[in-house]
Amino acid sequence: MQESEFSFELDGTDLPFEPGQSIMEAATQAGVYIPHLCHHPDLRRNGSCKLCTVKVNGRFGSACALPAQAGCTVESNTSELQEMRRQIVQMLFVEGNHYCPFCEKSGNCQLQVVAYHVGMVDMHFPPFNTARQLDASHREMLLDRDRCIQCARCVRASQDLDKKNIFGLAGRGMNIRLVVNSDSGLLGDTDFSSADHAAQVCPTGALIRKDQAYPCPIGSRLYDTPISQHTIRQDARHD
Amino acid sequence: MTKPTIATCSLAGCFGCHMSLLDIDERIVDLVQLVQFDRSPLTDIKHCSEQGVDIGLIEGALCNAENIHTLREFRRRCRILVAVGTCAISGGVPALRNRIPVEECLNEAYLQGQGIDQPQIPNDVELPLLMDKVYPVHEVVHIDYSLPGCPPPADAFWSLLTALLEGREPSLDYPLRRFD
Ligand code: SF4
Ligand code: FES
Repeated sequence: MQESEFSFELDGTDLPFEPGQSIMEAATQAGVYIPHLCHHPDLRRNGSCKLCTVKVNGRFGSACALPAQAGCTVESNTSELQEMRRQIVQMLFVEGNHYCPFCEKSGNCQLQVVAYHVGMVDMHFPPFNTARQLDASHREMLLDRDRCIQCARCVRASQDLDKKNIFGLAGRGMNIRLVVNSDSGLLGDTDFSSADHAAQVCPTGALIRKDQAYPCPIGSRLYDTPISQHTIRQDARHD
Repeated sequence: MTKPTIATCSLAGCFGCHMSLLDIDERIVDLVQLVQFDRSPLTDIKHCSEQGVDIGLIEGALCNAENIHTLREFRRRCRILVAVGTCAISGGVPALRNRIPVEECLNEAYLQGQGIDQPQIPNDVELPLLMDKVYPVHEVVHIDYSLPGCPPPADAFWSLLTALLEGREPSLDYPLRRFD
């Protein structure tokens, strides 16, 4: 690791950073995993899922949104924070309709692996069973809103990287939904393509290729090994 | 010393979890040395003994009134109750009907579905009433431990049961903790 004049403490270890980097970016660069869902290294900061919540000098903050500051003390891997993260993930699970047993993304899903990482074994809360609209109108891509966690990764990727502005989030609170920017509201009536950046960034199986089904056997999927054993930089870029 | 007792029970599930329990293979011989099986589809005993059992494993979700009755009775008789598998924990595949009104489900299955001879909705006092929705077990009774998976791997059963029998707090290794 290169000597840097700027450093902060993360869970008792000194981490160097470059000015302007977020706590998440500095941690990722050092190979330390901080659980996250709405954060993606290629996209502008969003700070909405709160899964990356850490304690900075004793106060809660989002690691993906807070700039690293020289000399500050950051706690991430504590039982208090893991417990809070576990509850956030449980809420995401009951709010959507997540059927891991037959989901094509299972084993390669970031929502699922974050749940594993924070030790979730049950739902705790009663499920909402909300009816959400499935959009199968596109030739190559399926939009299954049951699995959407409203992280806005596809929204940002489409706006900023693809310059197409195909997705948006509409509504508030628990009624927030991913919407598609076409007269019909259908994905098939946009110029969306499976080659778009927006098609690669969904952390769950909400926006998924139609032609792949279950791409690899159980045992050789990305998260059949714990995320703590992954090369974190690569993993954050996983699509 | 008398052996600890185990009961197992299946609600709206596919019996896959029970199959996975049997998949501990020859360790089942060790298990029956360690425990006494009480109520279970494996023993064909229909109710738990009066004095109760030490560990109860429950598979499946709640889709009708009989499931709820069975679960409540089972809870009363089990000192430790473990929710086993996706259906018990979150409703699983049976809960796919939750976003469709029951009437529509029944109409589709018994009146309008393809190839139905003499369409009629079954209505007999012997048949348990369907619930409006399929519920996970934790919505109705207190659950002590959960064993996720569809089904949970055989080794997960083994890990949980041996921990409970030895008085340790169960904790599942990463490959044993899965949702699919
Ligand atoms: S479709 Fe995927 S990327 Fe887009 S908001 Fe939903 S979960 Fe996020
Ligand atoms: S990853 Fe930081 S708020 Fe979502």
